[in-house]
Amino acid sequence: MSAKKPSVAVYKFSSCDGCQLSILNMEDELLNLADAVDIAFFLEATRAQKPGPYDIALVEGSITTPHEIERIKEVRAQAKTVIALGTCATAGGIQALRNFANPEEYADVVYAHPEYLHYLKTATPIAEHILVDLELWGCPVNKAQVLEVIVALLNNRRPNLPAYSVCLECKRHNTVCVLVDKRIPCIGPATQAGCGAICPSMGRGCYGCFGPAREVNAESMSTMLLKMERYPGETTRLFRGISGYAPTFYNIAEEILSTNKETK
Amino acid sequence: MKTIEVPALARVEGEGGLYIGLENGKAVEIRLDIYEPPRFFEGFLRDRFLQEVPDITARICGICPVAYQMSAAYALENALGVKIVPQARAVRRLMYCGEFIESHALHIYMLQAPDLLGKESALELAVDAPEVVKNALRLKKIGNELLKTIGGRSVHPVNVCVGGFYSWPDSKSLKDLLPDFEWGLNAALDTVKLALTLPYPDLEIDYEFVALHHPDEYGVIEGEVWSSNGRKLSIAEYETGYIEEHVKHSNALHSHTVDHNTYLVGPLARLNLNHEQLMPNAKKALAESGIQLPLKNPYKSLFARAIELVHFYEEAIQLIQEYKPSGPAHVELKLKAGEGAGATEAPRGLLYHRYKIDANGMIQFAKITPPTAQNLPRIEADLFALVPQLISMPEAEATLTAEHLVRSYDPCISCATHFLKLKVEEK
Repeated sequence: MSAKKPSVAVYKFSSCDGCQLSILNMEDELLNLADAVDIAFFLEATRAQKPGPYDIALVEGSITTPHEIERIKEVRAQAKTVIALGTCATAGGIQALRNFANPEEYADVVYAHPEYLHYLKTATPIAEHILVDLELWGCPVNKAQVLEVIVALLNNRRPNLPAYSVCLECKRHNTVCVLVDKRIPCIGPATQAGCGAICPSMGRGCYGCFGPAREVNAESMSTMLLKMERYPGETTRLFRGISGYAPTFYNIAEEILSTNKETK
Repeated sequence: MKTIEVPALARVEGEGGLYIGLENGKAVEIRLDIYEPPRFFEGFLRDRFLQEVPDITARICGICPVAYQMSAAYALENALGVKIVPQARAVRRLMYCGEFIESHALHIYMLQAPDLLGKESALELAVDAPEVVKNALRLKKIGNELLKTIGGRSVHPVNVCVGGFYSWPDSKSLKDLLPDFEWGLNAALDTVKLALTLPYPDLEIDYEFVALHHPDEYGVIEGEVWSSNGRKLSIAEYETGYIEEHVKHSNALHSHTVDHNTYLVGPLARLNLNHEQLMPNAKKALAESGIQLPLKNPYKSLFARAIELVHFYEEAIQLIQEYKPSGPAHVELKLKAGEGAGATEAPRGLLYHRYKIDANGMIQFAKITPPTAQNLPRIEADLFALVPQLISMPEAEATLTAEHLVRSYDPCISCATHFLKLKVEEK
């Protein structure tokens, strides 16, 4: 490695902080990481702020205000590599539920004076605004994957990230299929691996927080799930959740709603 | 004219700004500008199924997701008239121990201590005192490991449901954590000793303290909402005593009492109101510290967190030792229309939820009052109290002292909805 350490900047947009926290939660690796890279800008961790440009920008959160559109462009201008960190940054995340409703109505529900607020009608992924070099999904991201991405970049190789669905993780852990065996609605077959299939291991269905897998048989998934709903509208709600604005899940939910297989 | 400006306050959760306007050495205006974007959780909880709520509310905060899951679960269980089994209640307390441990270890060592030790960050501190930081990281890691064992992961765990848990955590995996917890209890006691040596700025405030109180245990889940002014309310009556208001400079809502008093929630409030319910080692550490209660210095909330760190390590050990799961981990829910409130103590303070559901279990209405929204008016009032000290300080020191005050609250701005910009202007 060259004498000068690569610089890393960590930014927050509309989010819960959980993905940044996954960096601070690398308790065994954090001090080594701080040796390997120069943590130049990371407000949650340090008051010290070194000016850009930076080698790597890790961006948490989605774009929900006019000011954030300007800020994300500055991030891109300052960074060689931009990594979208977590499902808010890759698909809008939980905030993107507003994209299916009228946010003005929400503002009326939550705030007595919605006229004081400045926000966009939609919550959108980072890649809708700037060129993103790598997207890392998860709500929250898996810290081992964050570390893998940083290590890969430092070693100038492609990061090793799973390209399969949650189902394969269940098989590897010998977790009994909740969908087939227990008739519990689960969207693991349509969801990217990365979490370790933790929901099925606890006897509940996957709710898709790592976003859509690459190849999804949407038709057969929704047909099966619609037959086993525990309450009306469960299938659309499963797809229209944390990763609901990701195109694959968006389309599945739209298809179900438009063919009126469900009332809601 | 004097202007102090910090474009972005570091080592807090979320984004906001601070404005202090001075005239003839007196503050004419102080504002904590919360410009983190609004996130509309109460809006998009509408028309979701009640069992989805703990998974959605967890996403309000990555540092205290458990608190958001717990308050939601209790509120919805109250709406349905459901009581969880005693072992599930014990696992909820145990899970909360994990969250308090990771959140307090993070705040004490990585967010606040650098201010007291003249450092920019824990990473910088690690250069001079690597053992201190390594121990801090281990203290924090143990809390996260506990959360992972119970909930699958530490950020947005997946095991809490309305009615209890989806499944019992593995008994052996929990018991395997005991040696780490024994180490952690001693490291937490050392944290109390360290907390007593730190140079806190002087500031005494006559607060109204508000916290959950439970006669038989350190108040975290269930119990009554107690105020140091004598007001005692059931959780269902919370809104009769405490009111939220939307103010212009903020995307968060601000709270006050019915008598228009600001009030304080969080570690100082809990310690002052509930110290008799601390576990034995925590009680002993408090007695031996020589600290007199009520503790009224906001900077010294670090000490209160250190005592709580001991308490939660100690309680976790007891709960793990007593853990004996049997029968189902959750009770079956019978859906009916209803309304219910729930409150638990997040590491930052009281977190209140109320929901209305229809006969199919769909959310009709949701109200969430996060701890930081309750503390925001108090932070502004504390800054007013700090001004006489600030004006006599050099600019850099004044800025740091004001920032440190805000940080000592451990504000969770994403929860309250949003970064801090400090601006002091003297006309």
